Amino acid sequence: MSGPSTYQPQSPLMKWLEQRLPIAGLVHSSFIAYPTPRNLNYWWTFGAILSMMLAVQIVTGIVLAMHYTPHVDLAFDSVERIVRDVNYGWLLRNMHAAGASMFFIAVYVHMLRGLYYGSYKAPREVLWILGVIIYLLMMATGFMGYVLPWGQMSFWGATVITNLFSAFPVVGDSIVTLLWGGYSVGNPTLNRFFSLHYLLPFVIAGVVVLHVWALHVTGQNNPAGVEPKTEKDTVPFTPYATLKDVFGMSCFLVFYSWFIFYMPNYLGDAENYVPANPGVTPPHIVPEWYYLPFYAILRSIPNKLLGVIAMFGAIIVLLFLPWLDSCKVRSSRYRPIAKRFFWGFVATCLVLGWLGSKPAEGIYTTLGQVFTFFYFAYFLIVLPVLGRMEKTLPLPNSIAEDVLNKGKVTKAVAGLVAVLFAGGLMVGGVQPAKANEGGENPPSLQWSFAGPFGTYDRAQLQRGFKIYKEVCSNCHSLKLLQYRNLAEPGGPGFTVEQAKAIAAEAQIKDGPNDQGEMFERPGRLADTFHSPFPNEQAARAANGGAAPPDMSLLAKARTYSRGFPQFIFDFFTQFQEQGPNYIAALLQGYEDTPPEGFSLPDGSFYNKWYPGHSIKMPPPIQSGMVSYDDGTPETLEQYAKDVTSFLMWASEPHMEARKRLGLQVMIFLIILSGLLYFVKRKVWSNVH
Amino acid sequence: MKGLGIVTTEASAEPTRRDFLYIATGAVAAVGAAAAVWPFISQMNPDASTIAAGAPIEVDLTPIAQGQDIKVFWRGQPIYIMNRTPKQVEEARNTPLSDLKDPQTDQARTKEGHENWLVVVGICTHLGCIPIAHEGKYDGFFCPCHGSQYDSSGRIRQGPAPLNLPIPPYQFVSDTKVQIG
Ligand code: FES
Repeated sequence: MSGPSTYQPQSPLMKWLEQRLPIAGLVHSSFIAYPTPRNLNYWWTFGAILSMMLAVQIVTGIVLAMHYTPHVDLAFDSVERIVRDVNYGWLLRNMHAAGASMFFIAVYVHMLRGLYYGSYKAPREVLWILGVIIYLLMMATGFMGYVLPWGQMSFWGATVITNLFSAFPVVGDSIVTLLWGGYSVGNPTLNRFFSLHYLLPFVIAGVVVLHVWALHVTGQNNPAGVEPKTEKDTVPFTPYATLKDVFGMSCFLVFYSWFIFYMPNYLGDAENYVPANPGVTPPHIVPEWYYLPFYAILRSIPNKLLGVIAMFGAIIVLLFLPWLDSCKVRSSRYRPIAKRFFWGFVATCLVLGWLGSKPAEGIYTTLGQVFTFFYFAYFLIVLPVLGRMEKTLPLPNSIAEDVLNKGKVTKAVAGLVAVLFAGGLMVGGVQPAKANEGGENPPSLQWSFAGPFGTYDRAQLQRGFKIYKEVCSNCHSLKLLQYRNLAEPGGPGFTVEQAKAIAAEAQIKDGPNDQGEMFERPGRLADTFHSPFPNEQAARAANGGAAPPDMSLLAKARTYSRGFPQFIFDFFTQFQEQGPNYIAALLQGYEDTPPEGFSLPDGSFYNKWYPGHSIKMPPPIQSGMVSYDDGTPETLEQYAKDVTSFLMWASEPHMEARKRLGLQVMIFLIILSGLLYFVKRKVWSNVH
Repeated sequence: MKGLGIVTTEASAEPTRRDFLYIATGAVAAVGAAAAVWPFISQMNPDASTIAAGAPIEVDLTPIAQGQDIKVFWRGQPIYIMNRTPKQVEEARNTPLSDLKDPQTDQARTKEGHENWLVVVGICTHLGCIPIAHEGKYDGFFCPCHGSQYDSSGRIRQGPAPLNLPIPPYQFVSDTKVQIG
């Protein structure tokens, strides 16, 4: 993007165009002939990976917006309709939701790489500042996007984050009202967040153009941190850097697909499968993992205003980094002490992230304060002082010399893989910490749908449906499920005729008719499993004050902490059956006499697994209550497993399609990555 | 570590293997890209709940007196159900096919034994406006948008529309009940 292009158009058409709009020349000089240092390692592919993720988020986002409804009464259901009914809707939604986390993983790697190799130092200050601006925009975009599904975490996250601004004296409250467009987080808030969430990615794209422009003016930094001097120090961008980037992207896609197809809920919060309820705050409000270090900083300061200032300061300080680090040597490779402090800083960020997911009490607060100090000390004390004191190692004379000296590539690749997995683990690791702190966990049962090849057991789903129909449906609705789903592939395997017959047994309120009256008619395939109560108030009144929840998403909305180190294995074994384990245990967890010293409120029952142990639902099912005609034992244990499997299917009817497509995509991407690796090696063989 | 010169000789010594690798990689990548586009196109098609909501509907005919019509909606499209007078039926049946732009007998457009009932999709075949029933020169339908005239069998007689009003799939469940779809 700088200087006159060396591009020589060949065809007359291109010559004609080039004289009027030199776009081909621009592309040529920016992405083909552009000289890149020949010693770049794989950490440098994250720039390309980030561009790819931005494109993925924009494309999937535009598509999701075609089906999403930004209204408080409809948003939650419209997201579920996308997942359940839109063709490949589950895929697009998983791509977008997991994509946000992938975007942040990649941006953190990219930023830490810049930090380690001193990519922010002169003459690249503006390049770095533009990057920090992109990061800030990403945070705002990610936050507003998380509000859109309008689950419990969406709502309460929006409430807590917008309230941050109330800390500012005088203008604080007015700013908050301005953000809300009302007296609390509500429909106007959701509407504007949707609008801004759609807008900001394009602003990001604009700043990315500036970022790349600045990059192409100053040229890329490199692991040696010395500027290219002769032709021998660089290689043309295409094919060398392009191929390396494409290989990096392909590997990243493998990692990304693991989440899309196998662990779509590892990165999310189970609480967000509960629709937003302005009257009940979830026990643990935790932001998405990528904000956790800043959340920890916010909470570690006991003063509201100072906490908010510290949190914003933790990001703002990055803008001044080019001037805080006074050392002339860029790469930490040649700064033995700075290198140690760098890794200490990485550890500080990880610990802060972990602390952010913990309740703000006791030792966690103290640790939070200590690590907040470390965080700021790195920028405000270590880097400025170190630059004046540290004795750096001798720099190589040129990049070419650096290449001759080292064979560090393999080490970098290994490091990369390790970081990606560590990132994934940390991200997931903070999730279980949110729910159900402490205490014993429900026993892990064997589920036919667990693991990468798991499928539903049709007979079991049919039995489970029988239990739902005869027992659960007396109080609970399944309003995201329609009768037609019973006959759809990947489900209980009823025939369309059977599903029609089941639907026809239900009485559905319809109307008004031509006389203006409501009437009842037999159910049709397109009807939902509605609640037996006319409205929520009636449901509450009939059930001792606690409305029976809708069960459509129950199996995904319940979870518990698996603890360390179990969650690490869970990442690899794809364990995600906390919800089913909990439901099955709950159904069997009633005890007639509560333990000594437990005072049970009137009209409640003691259940070992219910949080707080006092549940309003009477024991819903006993052995022998539902008759099976396939010889399956009619025990409570069997009932619990069957109905839980059915509820799991109800919460994710397309699970089998997801895993099937996942296998195909995984195999494809691994083959592609392998081929790209060999192509890249072949092309690079004349450089090394 | 090889120099540039060595590689050139090596490359020309075995061009086929290298070319094969490049072509294979390019082909695999192209197939992947093409496959990845499909979900983004497919999602634009009607979703499962829209399709389910487009199931057949039943309409009670008892309230429609002779010479009257009603408009019901099926799959978001207006459907005219017209209880035709004997005069209208006669006119429709006596029109010679040579007078028609889109020749079709009235018999082919109605159900035997229920000749008085005309069931048509009320969307003008010109550009999609809704024609008004019982208007126009042919005692059928008149489209106000660009003046297309349909007769009492819903056949195009005059104006820019090229085709007759389409007949939706329907059947008589009983003498007084029709199922559309
Ligand atoms: S749309 Fe009916 S005449 Fe043009």
